[in-house]
Amino acid sequence: MKEEQERLTLAIESSCDETSAAVLRGGRTLLSNIIATQIPVHQKFGGVVPEIASRKHIVNVMPVIDEALRQAKVALNDIDQIAVTYGPGLVGALLVGVSAAKSLAFSLGVPLIGVNHLEGHIFANFLSAPNLEPPFMALVVSGGHTSLVQVKGYNHFVLMGQTRDDAAGEAFDKVARVMGLPYPGGPQIDRLAKDGNPAAIDFPKALQDKGNYEFSFSGLKSAVLNYLNSMKLKQQPVNKADVAASFQRAVIEVLVAKALEAMHATGMRTLVLAGGVAANSALEGRLREAAQAQGIRFYYPSTVLCTDNAAMIACRGYYQSLAGRFSNLYLNAVPGLDLTDMDAEN
Amino acid sequence: MTECITDSPAATAALAARLGSKIKAGMVLCLEGDLGAGKTLLVQNLARALGVEGEVTSPTFNIMNLYQGRMPIAHFDLYRLESETELDEIGFYEYIDAPDGLVVIEWADKFPEALPESYIRIQMERMEQDDSRRILFSAQGNAFQNWIKEWEQSC
Repeated sequence: MKEEQERLTLAIESSCDETSAAVLRGGRTLLSNIIATQIPVHQKFGGVVPEIASRKHIVNVMPVIDEALRQAKVALNDIDQIAVTYGPGLVGALLVGVSAAKSLAFSLGVPLIGVNHLEGHIFANFLSAPNLEPPFMALVVSGGHTSLVQVKGYNHFVLMGQTRDDAAGEAFDKVARVMGLPYPGGPQIDRLAKDGNPAAIDFPKALQDKGNYEFSFSGLKSAVLNYLNSMKLKQQPVNKADVAASFQRAVIEVLVAKALEAMHATGMRTLVLAGGVAANSALEGRLREAAQAQGIRFYYPSTVLCTDNAAMIACRGYYQSLAGRFSNLYLNAVPGLDLTDMDAEN
Repeated sequence: MTECITDSPAATAALAARLGSKIKAGMVLCLEGDLGAGKTLLVQNLARALGVEGEVTSPTFNIMNLYQGRMPIAHFDLYRLESETELDEIGFYEYIDAPDGLVVIEWADKFPEALPESYIRIQMERMEQDDSRRILFSAQGNAFQNWIKEWEQSC
């Protein structure tokens, strides 16, 4: 095999809504990162007009791979290894990526690397910040996940805590929905909150006991619903900007407090944010302030690397390959895959 | 139709645990109710009663979560789906047509045509007091008519 820094990884991600493919040189040089729903409607490639709807993985997977190779200016035969998300996610969606990856690895005669989607989100930061190295604390916040992960090394993760019910991003979407805002609601709440008073309504913050790194956002969602209902019954007007700002503050305060407490408890001096909700400007701003005040280094990925994408899977796959963590062709989709502490036995 | 009233999340959780003790493999439960009605709370405690040990979280984003207790549990949330054809793509019918354990479907009323012939319908609604819930159980089709009569005694 080539020198490590020249190794070309082709990655496929299809764990939920997005079909994506990417080509990475070495561990940090991204050559292409194609996401099906972000391709302009009129753009045609390989004679195929991409399906814009979510979860059309079977239709999208091969055109997206072709486009990733084309933009990277490499041929399929140049690829040294194939990385693919095998969980957690939706089983039917995962299987499309896994099957495509296995077929490619078999036909090209190159190694296959099964990647955990959650670990991929964390590794997106290595692409945005070329100098970032473990150890650090990672706060992963997306539509499907809310987790605090201590990253001790490239293959050594300790899950500090995760959500017991709704993910943070999901709470954003659901609150947005009852307020009559369009889906996805996260960016809408973020925008509306800028005009509101975050101290206007005192919404509850769950699981605030010390040393508890678990999250719960279901009660907060219900509190917002109860507030809106009671205002309706009393026939009083609702200031939506205040509701958005107060709700958003309740979410962010919990995330920030728990992340900082976990860092103190473990002696970490670097914090990275990951997942789709990392694009929330208030969360990023609040973490940046808190980090500055405490002399902590703070990283978050660029917007395109925050959402589900194959670039992060390629990066995670590359570091697994350095550790010799390959999969065989029996790799299967694991919808409920947990974080794997690969070095736990060492 | 069986009506149960609970006056707190804890009472809803206890009802879900009693429901869990009555579940038989092959049952399909369809849950209806607005956001915040307590659907996820009910499923969490139902799964717990069926011996699921890990976290039971909302499947809104994932659309389907799978759990293993004393029987397999497939937990669907159809909230984010826009058309019935999407059900095919997520493998919905593979779980619905011949369930080997329990199938729970939130927001099932979005796609009435896609539901099996027989299932238990559970409608949850908020009452005047914020924490109180009215929970209606009914059996659709023939398969669960006797089950619902027995459940009437436990509610």
